[in-house]
Amino acid sequence: MSLHDQTSSSFLPMIKRSVIATIIAFFLFLPTLGIKTSASGGVDGLFLTYRWLLLAIGCGLIFVGRIVYELFWAPKDGVQKPAKAQFGLVKALGSAKVAKTIGPLLLVFAVAFPFLPFSDRYILDLGILIITYVMLGWGLQIVVGLAGLLDLGYVAFYAVGAYSYALLSIHFGFGFWMCLPLAGLLAATWGIILGFPVLRLRGDYLAIVTLAFGEIIRIILLNWRGFTGGSNGLSSIPRPSFFGLPFNQDPGGFAATFGLEYSSMQRIVFLYFLILALAVFTFFVTARLRRLPIGRAWEALREDEIACRSLGINTVNTKLSAFAIGAMFGGFAGSFFAAKQAFVSPESFNFMESATILAIVVLGGMSSQLGVVFSAIAMVGGVELLRQLQFLKVIFGNDFDPSQLRLLLFGLAMVLMMLWRPRGLVSTRMPTVFLKDKKTVSAAMISQGRG
Amino acid sequence: MNYFIQQLINGLTLGSIYGLIAIGYTMVYGIIGMVNFAHGDVFMVGAFVSLITVIIFGVTGTTNIALGIGALILVAAISMFIAGVYGWTIERLAYRPLRGSFRLAPLITAIGVSIFLQNFVQATQGARVKPMSAIISGGFTILEGNDFVVRITYMQILIIVLTFLLMSGFTYLISKTSLGRAQRACEQDMKMAMLLGIDVNTTISTTFVIGAALAAVAGLMYLLYYGVIDFYIGFSAGIKAFTAAVLGGVGSLPGAMLGGLVIGLIEVFFAAYFSSEYKDVAAFSMLIIVLIFMPQGLLGRPEIEKV
Repeated sequence: MSLHDQTSSSFLPMIKRSVIATIIAFFLFLPTLGIKTSASGGVDGLFLTYRWLLLAIGCGLIFVGRIVYELFWAPKDGVQKPAKAQFGLVKALGSAKVAKTIGPLLLVFAVAFPFLPFSDRYILDLGILIITYVMLGWGLQIVVGLAGLLDLGYVAFYAVGAYSYALLSIHFGFGFWMCLPLAGLLAATWGIILGFPVLRLRGDYLAIVTLAFGEIIRIILLNWRGFTGGSNGLSSIPRPSFFGLPFNQDPGGFAATFGLEYSSMQRIVFLYFLILALAVFTFFVTARLRRLPIGRAWEALREDEIACRSLGINTVNTKLSAFAIGAMFGGFAGSFFAAKQAFVSPESFNFMESATILAIVVLGGMSSQLGVVFSAIAMVGGVELLRQLQFLKVIFGNDFDPSQLRLLLFGLAMVLMMLWRPRGLVSTRMPTVFLKDKKTVSAAMISQGRG
Repeated sequence: MNYFIQQLINGLTLGSIYGLIAIGYTMVYGIIGMVNFAHGDVFMVGAFVSLITVIIFGVTGTTNIALGIGALILVAAISMFIAGVYGWTIERLAYRPLRGSFRLAPLITAIGVSIFLQNFVQATQGARVKPMSAIISGGFTILEGNDFVVRITYMQILIIVLTFLLMSGFTYLISKTSLGRAQRACEQDMKMAMLLGIDVNTTISTTFVIGAALAAVAGLMYLLYYGVIDFYIGFSAGIKAFTAAVLGGVGSLPGAMLGGLVIGLIEVFFAAYFSSEYKDVAAFSMLIIVLIFMPQGLLGRPEIEKV
């Protein structure tokens, strides 16, 4: 049967299914897209705005989308295939050889980045943001991607790092380089404190407990006013200096000492290299850890905890070390964050931040370090693109901010990524270390826990 | 003493709401063994649908109880229906294709769905809180001490009675109907149930729809009780309801209800006697404590991990 016959014979059912999908979408969109509740100010001043056009557009999109899906992607025999580990187009990115060439190229680019002609303040800030997220992604990857422990409260460690630096430098006058290891240590301690109770929990319980833990930390930061400044946060945190040389116009400052003309860019460039150095440090430590016995134990733990235990791996230590090391990098990044912003408040450390970092790890392919880089770039870049979509204000009204859609798209991307390519964009779930000649146990089977 | 009784009443009301949400968690966990992270957000959607319907009907502040209850039943039916559609769609699109995939996959989609729903509602309904005045006002004075007056509002009675009715109806559904039998069969052994001719997919879908519908009722109650909702309520209510489900023993329906009441009481009493700022910390710490010392919960069976 040719493709044409097939489509024409199944044309009516297809339309029927699309109509059903549209009806369902109508009910889904009615209370969201279709009717908006607006407060006009008073206690009982709620009124409704009807947006039939928007509702119609939404339903129309679903109708067309369903038809397109049926024509191009739907399984032809009508049977839903279970999601499998797929290796295709982007597999090349995951292979060790390509990663070995792209990695250094990226690093060279990153080092040269501040000196490129288009790098102004805005671009550099963006670069700093991307690298911060890359670093956080790598930290969380140890916990989620390698050890297979779903941590939804990672931002708590980021917060611990940030507040450690802020408090230590404000109260004791510690410098950045002194605070950095302390912040990492404190965050790692918190990682262990969190790790202990959750050791025997399964994946989903663990996820909720870490989520609760993240919230506990945030609530404490928000309400312990005497210590953390409450919702006002802590401001006037000392900025890091270049080996004791501050970035200002004083005669003892960085510019004067090196005989340069003072420019505020110097501090930004310094911060850029600082986070780059931290990120590269994270990368190398993780890459080396993966090849050590502890790293192999993490990956074994991810695949099968019971098998792990029966092979004599101490799962307690393995889990705790994953938590602690992941948290430590979160603490480093947090400390950098505080140094860069010179201001911390609990608002920077809410669940959405955890979700963002998790999305980066998931979209980057769980255990691919290169993947994290690409997804962090895509994410931060995507947010910047969203800012450009001001025309959406015409549809959603003036108080609509397109960058609000950021997390909405993340959520959607996480779902689609799991459905379409559960191993992420750059999918390596092969063990980092294996024997010279591979056995015939395929990755697909390992992934199902049946390897 | 009077203050204590008043807090007890408030705690039971709040606990009823948590219990209703917790049922959704516990049922889904029982049948497919995953935590439905998006459940709290279905609750939030239910609250929004209720808000919209209440405004459409335009019945607020009535003291006519018959009219109030009639309107509320209609509101509840509509939001149960729409939340049910949400529950069905979420299961169909995000969880069913991943059945049999690796362990973390459905969890991650669940988190994705949760983030999506929160931000979808935020984008379409706005980020501001939505205040609403009470539909049924008034109440009884139970005790009149010299220093403190204990009152129970009609709304609180309604919430507690409605929860009780839903729970009994639901217990009947699970224990006596063929749907309930199918659900219990799937819970025990999905493959075997399939072999015996039970439509597993439909059963699971129905479970999601029922859970979502109950969450919508809880959403309506939340709206009535607090009078303020926003797109973020599903998050903390979701964690607390999950705590309730764990505390009661995951998989056990009476346990979910019991756990809900306990969590509601803990939260209210902590806020009343210690600090209202840290009441969420109390509830969340409870979750961690329960998981450490009593992972099988109050009424649950210990879980045996099979290879």
